[in-house]
Amino acid sequence: MASIAQAIRMALHYGETNMGVKDIFGQDVGAPLGGVFTATQGLKTAWNSPLDERGIIGMAMGIAMGGDKCVAEIQFADYIFNTIDLLKIAGNTLWCTNGQMNLPMVVMTPVGAGIFGSVYHSHSFDAWASRLPGWKIVMPSNPVDAYGLMLAAIQDPNPVLYLKSKALMRHKGDELIPGEPADEKELKAMIDKPVQNAEGWKPRWPDLQEYIVPIGKGKITREGEHITVVTYSRMVHLCDEAADKLREEGISVEVIDLRSIYPYDWQMIKSSIEKTGRVLFVNEDTEVTNFGEHLAYRATQEMFYQLMARPRVLAGKNLPGIGLHPNLEKNSVPQLHDIELAIREVVAEVP
Amino acid sequence: MSKKTTGKTAAKGAAKGTAKSVSKASAKKASAVVKAAKKAVTKKDDFGGLSEDILLRMHDLMVKSRVLEERLIKIYKAGEAYFWIGGPGEEAWGVPLGMLGRKGQGLEHDWWHLHYRCTPTLIAMGMTMIDSIRLIMNRSTDPSTGGRNFANHYCFPKWNVAPVTSPIEVQYPLACGTAHAQKRAGGKAISIVTGGDAGTAEGDFASALILASRKGQELPVLITVQNNKMGISTPFEGQHGETHIADRARAFNIRSRVINGNDPVETYLAVKEEMEYIRKTGKPSFIEAHTTRLYGHSSADGANKKTHMVDPVMAFEQRLLDAGILSEKAVKKIWEIYESEGVIAQEQARTEPVPTSESVWDHVFVNNENADWRNF
Ligand SMILES: Cc1ncc(C[n+]2csc(CCOP(=O)(O)OP(=O)(O)O)c2C)c(N)n1
Repeated sequence: MASIAQAIRMALHYGETNMGVKDIFGQDVGAPLGGVFTATQGLKTAWNSPLDERGIIGMAMGIAMGGDKCVAEIQFADYIFNTIDLLKIAGNTLWCTNGQMNLPMVVMTPVGAGIFGSVYHSHSFDAWASRLPGWKIVMPSNPVDAYGLMLAAIQDPNPVLYLKSKALMRHKGDELIPGEPADEKELKAMIDKPVQNAEGWKPRWPDLQEYIVPIGKGKITREGEHITVVTYSRMVHLCDEAADKLREEGISVEVIDLRSIYPYDWQMIKSSIEKTGRVLFVNEDTEVTNFGEHLAYRATQEMFYQLMARPRVLAGKNLPGIGLHPNLEKNSVPQLHDIELAIREVVAEVP
Repeated sequence: MSKKTTGKTAAKGAAKGTAKSVSKASAKKASAVVKAAKKAVTKKDDFGGLSEDILLRMHDLMVKSRVLEERLIKIYKAGEAYFWIGGPGEEAWGVPLGMLGRKGQGLEHDWWHLHYRCTPTLIAMGMTMIDSIRLIMNRSTDPSTGGRNFANHYCFPKWNVAPVTSPIEVQYPLACGTAHAQKRAGGKAISIVTGGDAGTAEGDFASALILASRKGQELPVLITVQNNKMGISTPFEGQHGETHIADRARAFNIRSRVINGNDPVETYLAVKEEMEYIRKTGKPSFIEAHTTRLYGHSSADGANKKTHMVDPVMAFEQRLLDAGILSEKAVKKIWEIYESEGVIAQEQARTEPVPTSESVWDHVFVNNENADWRNF
């Protein structure tokens, strides 16, 4: 099975071969490295930009304006903050020009904690991103979705932010990407740059197929009756784990992998809450003015009389940073036991 | 390349403009013998060898732009607009620039990343007065923004005119993006970016110098700065240590020059030469043009005429009169024609519809899908 990094690489290869992507660029994205997480190794249109986030986003906007498709990378989401006003402009260009000029560009960036990256390699960006109207925002949790959402992002005529979890970059799923060889070793031999003697190396790409995960469509990863847990990206795996564990105790948890932050799959959330009457929103961005709060607000507004318990948001603590020592990181962003505890609390609540 | 960076200062250039006023008698004489104009031109002022046709067109467009901008100020002052900002004082720079670019849509044509003082350029490209007036009066008929944005925040996709944005200087790296796409397309098209002197303090300016000049990956972009020596109220000296902004481009091996942007002839020749250089070499070039900010920064500081400054339209007009290329009568006519075009356009725009409240949801996304989350 491909890792998420390999899945992204394959999607970008598919994009540049079949979908008109002409530039994949950012810091260290081109040869020889192919990205700090290897997600852009061996791609023919990948090139290294200067170390300049604003330059990267501005350039991407110009390329998109000129009518070419590009995928730009910000090396870590932690460094995307100095481009906020450019992201804002990219998101408002269609609106400000009264529909005349769209920016079909993809910006991808690794987000979140989980690799003990300390203060400047653990930032989340989903809540910030959700405040950039005009952007679509996706956050895959597994390789097949990573592939399908990248193709959807490339295909979309609007700017799309593709937030990839740092901690999931090496994560392997349990489904094959259409066209991916079943043997993991074979895939590796085909598309991973050798660590030694890489000179002159060229990837041999598998015969990949188009596979689109529509933006805005979630996925139920665990079916359940007692509570709905709405999450995305890295937290999906912790929520699934909590669900599996609690099932043994007779607590039946439905887990929704939202996959897209914006637009989001409200119908999936709504019908699940209608079934369970209880909901917990889980993500790792900081808790004050969190995207989960918007969803909790909406659940309260639209489903108040169907709820058996108060909706809850479990998110990262409102701290200026995530400290390096595991004790610090683990007490900053939700851990398995926090999720378990929160689920138990919501389920135990008596109206 | 260093040859191209002149040491000419703004003050010198400006002084040149004012010192040129010639006696009324000689102007009259010149207008009386319009037919002999060509000879007079070569004798007294050869206008850099530019043809009379070009000179007259430049003058005509400069007047048109000025009349329009003064109309926009009147509209603002009459309470028919919320905000004014514009380019009176920059006609001698903006008009030649607009005349010289290759106008059209797509990567085979030039791309324009302009700022809010760019009316002269768009007038030279063929923008009608009424389209600018529709913008300042926020009509839904405004072709740039549909009544959504400030005065002079133009956008004309049919001419590759990128939307003017309010954040200062962000247009600079965008120009590198379109230049990159143009270079790949393989034609001779270039990207042109304009902005103010204070804005060069923003990192985006440095970004553009870096992106445009990387060895072996140089971009066909004309990077320009209109140095009117002021931010909103911060004078040039208040934020600059460098002698010429153009010197910063030289540090990146970008060919650069300083010009008197109040002289349309000097501007025309310089812009033409630099555009040709860029088209030929695929490399960037930089022009710092010294200009006048004739009505102050914007309506925020009153938008009143600064009578002590060089007025490039009047200075050029006088030069043409002196040379006998224009007659007083012709001048009067030109101003009158545009004045009345402006008035009629304003009256027309007044009758046109404004955006509806519900249209806030239009164009959030292409095809407007998912505009309002309440409908997910
Ligand atoms: C990023 C940003 N900061 C501040 C402002 C507010 N602002 C508008 S115009 C201006 C001064 C611009 O001066 P300059 O670049 O010299 O251009 P000029 O207006 O003189 O042509 C400022 C500070 C802005 N629009 N954008």
